[in-house]
Amino acid sequence: MGLLAVDPVPWARAQMAFTLAAHIILVPLGVAWACMTLIANWRAIRRDDRDALVLAQRWSKYMAVTFAVGAVTGTVLTFEFGLLWPRFMGRWGAAFGIPFAVEGLFFFTEAIFIALYIFGWKRLRPWPHFWTGVPIVVAGIGGTLSVIAANAWMNEPDGFTLNRAGEVVDVDPVDVFFTDAWPYEASHMLVAAYLVGGFLVASVYAVGLLRGRRDRYHRLGFLIPFTVAAVATPIQMMVGDTVARWVYENEPAKFAAIELVPETDSDVPETLLGRLDADGDVEGGIAIPGLASILSDPSEGTSTVVQGLDAFPADERPTRREANTVHLAWDVMVGIGTLLSLLSAWYALAWIVRRDMPRSRLFLRAAAGAGVAAVLAMEAGWVVTEVGRQPWIVRGHMKVEDAATTNGGVWITFLVVVAVYLALAVALVLVLRAMSRRFRRQDELVDTDVPYGPRGPRGVGADAPAAEEPEEPERVGG
Amino acid sequence: MDEAVAVALFLAVTAYAVLAGADLGAGFWDLVAGGADRGARPRALIDHAIGPVWEANHVWLIFALVVLWTAFPEAFASITLTLFVPLTLVALGIVLRGAGFAFRKSLVRTSERRAFGALFATSSVLVPYGMGAVAGAIASGRVPAGGEAGDPVTSWVNPTSVVGGVLAVAAGAYLAAVYLVWDARRLADDAAVEYFRRRAVGAAVAAGATACAGVVVLRADARYVFDGMAARALPLVALSALGGLGSLALLVRGAAGSRAPRGARLLAVGAVASIVWGWGVAQWPYLLPTDLRVSEAAAPSATLATVLVVFGVAAVVIGPALALLYALDQRSLLPDEPDAPGAPGGPAAGPPGRRRPPARAAPGR
Ligand code: HDD
Ligand code: HEM
Ligand code: HEM
Repeated sequence: MGLLAVDPVPWARAQMAFTLAAHIILVPLGVAWACMTLIANWRAIRRDDRDALVLAQRWSKYMAVTFAVGAVTGTVLTFEFGLLWPRFMGRWGAAFGIPFAVEGLFFFTEAIFIALYIFGWKRLRPWPHFWTGVPIVVAGIGGTLSVIAANAWMNEPDGFTLNRAGEVVDVDPVDVFFTDAWPYEASHMLVAAYLVGGFLVASVYAVGLLRGRRDRYHRLGFLIPFTVAAVATPIQMMVGDTVARWVYENEPAKFAAIELVPETDSDVPETLLGRLDADGDVEGGIAIPGLASILSDPSEGTSTVVQGLDAFPADERPTRREANTVHLAWDVMVGIGTLLSLLSAWYALAWIVRRDMPRSRLFLRAAAGAGVAAVLAMEAGWVVTEVGRQPWIVRGHMKVEDAATTNGGVWITFLVVVAVYLALAVALVLVLRAMSRRFRRQDELVDTDVPYGPRGPRGVGADAPAAEEPEEPERVGG
Repeated sequence: MDEAVAVALFLAVTAYAVLAGADLGAGFWDLVAGGADRGARPRALIDHAIGPVWEANHVWLIFALVVLWTAFPEAFASITLTLFVPLTLVALGIVLRGAGFAFRKSLVRTSERRAFGALFATSSVLVPYGMGAVAGAIASGRVPAGGEAGDPVTSWVNPTSVVGGVLAVAAGAYLAAVYLVWDARRLADDAAVEYFRRRAVGAAVAAGATACAGVVVLRADARYVFDGMAARALPLVALSALGGLGSLALLVRGAAGSRAPRGARLLAVGAVASIVWGWGVAQWPYLLPTDLRVSEAAAPSATLATVLVVFGVAAVVIGPALALLYALDQRSLLPDEPDAPGAPGGPAAGPPGRRRPPARAAPGR
């Protein structure tokens, strides 16, 4: 191995971060899309709405693809816990593993019912079929709450007893799962999933509307997810504000990095952008006097004292570069969150005033960009959480460098993983586009996709089994 | 309590072996099904058979890993530290396989389907081989405990690992072929029944031969497990051999009448499950023979209890849901979607000689 062996720690961090960042993009789709599909499905059955029916059916087929990619990227994470952090798992698995054991139940539920729902369109009756979709939504929520319990435990470890040698000798499973950080992180991520999922799906239909596909089908495809997202956004801002105050009180080192506070002080300004220079002083950016103190504890106002990075030993706080990363990520999350709130307010206002969505192209353009922006906000939020925890993997108990594998070849697997995931991402987008094109072409041909057979809403035509479907495999797709 | 959790762990491994193992084996048959035209029919049947269930089956692996790292953290750490290379390959293989399958299913153009299909099929062989090699490494005592890594190469490139890998591929292919005979019959596709019946016989012979070779190899290379198999685990080994032979006999007899073998599926499952159990019993009381005992590796009792509770909940809640999924699937109530057809026609649109599944007898009216 000799020459090929390189310090594994930075590579392990990079690989973990990269694979998590990839997995988390699929998560909102797994969690929120099923719910939006069911909204469309409900509407289809209740109101005899043919467009909603086609929408629900097609969404479920896209979901089948994104769910599969979510499942395999999640599996990689499962392996990585051991491959990258064996010493972490060996020492803490007995506690850290518990939330994942619970999550396993939700994975099963999700995988089973997603299959029933996706494959059940043709042969199950409408309402029973609808109900096979409900457990997917429940499992998505439960899965998120469990996996976040694991992350919250890393931030706020609890529920275990150590012996002198530092080994876990006793565990309180309930305390491990329900750490103090859990309600904050879990609610923030859960709402994020609906926010991101909503904006992401809506953005695709916004593009369609911009391109002149202004039929009812596309409108509905926009309205359902956008409404979900627009409801989630203001909630998310309020939850985020609560989370920030919690971090101020309980994870002061992370908070110092978030607010870019080098020295403990009161009347601390909120710095937009800006960074710590080589001497550890704030450089550049726009400082709003006193605001960080006020937001941290409104009752105390500007006299609120915020601990600075200097309050912690150098080896127990984020480095200068990490602090800069955290602060930038924080600005991105909050900045995008603010923009998305404005967009949601615009939408809400239009509904209140005109009982219709905003008509301007500017709105649609903004909505088209909102999907990617929301994903960015979510990624940034995770960077705040994870990089802000550095140098700890289990805060206060174990450092990242003590957790990593000793395997010098991690840099190779990192490069391979990046290459594979990039190819996967490209393929995923191309496949989804090919599906969408095919669906559109079908619309131009005949109505062939008839879920629920002749019992389907509004007595749509005859059952069309696959064999009779007019499709031209060599022409469509791609 | 650590014994109970070890049993639960082995239950999950067994479920993965007989359920997902067959999905992987189906990928093997996909790989060797020939060119796009010739292989269209078996591939369509494979798509149809594993489409609705592979993800649920795959969760057993996640479950097994999670139980391992929660209940026996030191074993998990030691295994992943030493077997870094094969486990990385397995993880990547799982990515390519799952994505390849889902993508192929969603596309219609032959060239694209072929590319993703190839990805799906080759990784379907890579993954079980890697897992078998990992099992071989553990069984032959090449994974040391206590935070030091074993040899990064010879730990998984050695006689026992080769046998383990080949056996995993062969056993999966065998299970898959037997299940596919069943699926083909359900779709009243006599040609496919015969197609997979012949392959099931071939795979049964291959798996049996590998197992026999394995006995010799274990004797030389994995003495502890060999001794266990010759003593404690002997009944299970015998059961496995009987199951294998029995199903082989039924499969061969099936050649006579057009009646496909009835009990073959059950016997095949029994054969594979009992060899997995045979391995477990043979290396008892060790998780990593002969370095780490189950009791030494076990997490504190509250953690073990939690794992058992989760298992109990799974049995009560997930069990029936899984049963529902399989039941609906077996009754053809989860047909392929019409616009994601198997290249030249979905399973419902096979070439001459294939009858359409009874699509019009839908209970949905
Ligand atoms: C979807 C987008 C999104 C939006 C618009 C926001 N957040 Fe956020 N934030 C997340 C998505 C997110 C996240 C990705 O979901 C994180 C990472 C871990 C977590 O639980 O949530 C997160 C983490 C996170 C943390 C760190 C929590 C911890 O480490 O324990 C804080 C303090 C905030 N957020 C605060 C806010 C504030 C004050 C916001 C707006 C005013 C805000 N977030 C908007
Ligand atoms: C349940 C959820 C998660 C768990 C259990 C988890 C766990 C971990 C672990 C074990 C590490 C390595 C140790 C460390 O560097 O602290 C890590 C690092 C990291 N994770 Fe997470 N993670 C989760 C979610 C996420 C998500 C969704 C992202 C998305 C971007 C993310 C981003 C990162 C980054 C950027 C690092 C590297 C931090 C650094 O080393 O500077 N994490 N995470
Ligand atoms: C280190 C952290 C993580 C690990 C080890 C992990 C593991 C997994 C695994 C193994 C799967 C596949 C399950 C299946 O086969 O059905 C999966 C899927 C999923 N994960 Fe993660 N995951 C992690 C982070 C996260 C985070 C941070 C979230 C959300 C907050 C999340 C939510 C989900 C959801 C909802 C699914 C369902 C599949 C999908 O929607 O694509 N995971 N994850």
